[in-house]
Amino acid sequence: MKKIRTIIRKEWAEIFKKRMVLFTVIFLPLFLSVLPLIILGSMGSVTASSVSSDLPAQFAQVCSASMTPGQCMQYYLVSTFMIMFMLIPLFVPVNIAAYSIVGEKTTHSLEPLLATPITTGELLAGKNLASVIPAVLATWVGFAIFAVGTVIITGGGALAGALLSLMWLLAIFVAGPLMAVLSVNFCIMVSSRVNDPRVAEQVSAVVIIPLLLLFFGQIAGLFVLNSMLILIICAVLILLDILMIYLAVRLFQREAILTRWK
Amino acid sequence: MIKTENLTKKFGDTLAVDNLSLDVSEGEVFGFLGPNGAGKTTTVRMLTSLIAPTSGTAIVNGYPIGKKDTEIRKTVGILTETPGMYDNLSAEFNLEVYADLYEVKDPKGQVEKYLRMLGLWERRHDEAGTFSKGMKQKLAIARALLHEPRILFLDEPTASLDPEASHLVHDFISELRKQGRTIFLCTHNLDEADRLCDRIGVFKTHLLVVDSPANLRSQLFGRRVVFHLANGTETMAATVKALPFVHEARVIDHKLLVSLDDPETHNPEIVRLLVGSGADIQFVGELRHSLEDVYLQLVKDA
Repeated sequence: MKKIRTIIRKEWAEIFKKRMVLFTVIFLPLFLSVLPLIILGSMGSVTASSVSSDLPAQFAQVCSASMTPGQCMQYYLVSTFMIMFMLIPLFVPVNIAAYSIVGEKTTHSLEPLLATPITTGELLAGKNLASVIPAVLATWVGFAIFAVGTVIITGGGALAGALLSLMWLLAIFVAGPLMAVLSVNFCIMVSSRVNDPRVAEQVSAVVIIPLLLLFFGQIAGLFVLNSMLILIICAVLILLDILMIYLAVRLFQREAILTRWK
Repeated sequence: MIKTENLTKKFGDTLAVDNLSLDVSEGEVFGFLGPNGAGKTTTVRMLTSLIAPTSGTAIVNGYPIGKKDTEIRKTVGILTETPGMYDNLSAEFNLEVYADLYEVKDPKGQVEKYLRMLGLWERRHDEAGTFSKGMKQKLAIARALLHEPRILFLDEPTASLDPEASHLVHDFISELRKQGRTIFLCTHNLDEADRLCDRIGVFKTHLLVVDSPANLRSQLFGRRVVFHLANGTETMAATVKALPFVHEARVIDHKLLVSLDDPETHNPEIVRLLVGSGADIQFVGELRHSLEDVYLQLVKDA
């Protein structure tokens, strides 16, 4: 456990000296917290008559009886943007994790590191947590800002209740970390197989595609996020995480990494 | 401390190390010489449990490679070909990370000890990336020693260093030798090997020869003594050549070159003979072949 902590400490000391990485970790969550709040605030005057025909039929069923059609419309738009909260745990660690192994290769620090008594499991756990923790914390802090803002703007009530419902809490506090683990392990897997940090970042960016499908799927009215769907997503993520961790460990072959790297 | 038997490593169809068998004793400085691509780094990587051999066995500090890899890594230190420091972290932080990974009992104390020993204490808060090559190399040596390994693998420790930095590294290796550590030194620098090593192994995929630098010179070229004469003649050379222990004697520009096995024993007799035959001897000295001559001869023959 001490070696894992050491790797995390080392990674953070390196990562947070890079201003661009720090910017990514802070800016994106802040932006995605404020954007739905702006939408929420600017829609204060929406009336029932102006929205009833625009709302997807499936979504109207999700709105609670206590919501006015105007609030239902606000909930629809804001919750669509709230899907982007799940972008934070996917996107924030990409920069960090994609660089984690290939960065050690380019600076030639991987060989002395692997020459220590650290096990592959400890090394990857340290690298994983060093990327997952900032991403998850950034997501949670961003969501906390959004939650406080929502309560202030709406004055509580049915809309605030819907936006801070169990479904979204599940999405942010359970699906979020699971997505971060998925994203990080995918990036580490890529990072240990390529020789160029730019390639690692480019390839790793594909992890956000499934989330974009979710985002555009809801906009297109193909489905509407609900608690059951989030639970299913969580279950799938758990399986994918296990698979990805297994693959990341299996594909981290010390000898191949050392001898194929020039 | 290090014993290998038929250690072999193949990368696909390429044979990198072929049936390497050697034995390095405790406290010995062993020079591992060979041209680029000879398999020296591959050998070090196998002996430090970084990569597995294709066949053969090796025991390092009592632990067999491939079976007790973690124990081997705990008890050996390695200086890799490039320092591989974390450039945007301070020198002190760099070492603290490794002290923790090596489970050093007093990490702060050990870090301070080696930073002071290598003259880097005053620069401990500076980022490693601001260091010169020589300073980075010293930092990497400190990293290799934090856990007080009994065996140290040094892969080209003075490559690309200026003479002053090389001198400092040489002095430090000499100091480590005095402490009784076993040092496996991979180098291209033949003067370095000559100066520091008890024995050298010349290696080119397989081991060509292992011996002390002096014995290698003697085996390959024999020993030669040069007598500087004010009045050297062919007759004097013929007289000396007639001695039973002399293999060869010839005069070149008033210098009499004599090949023999044991100059310490037989030089006085030659001096007496020359003086008796009227030679005016100005100087006497042994004609030494450089280790470079030995190395080039061996590699050429291979």
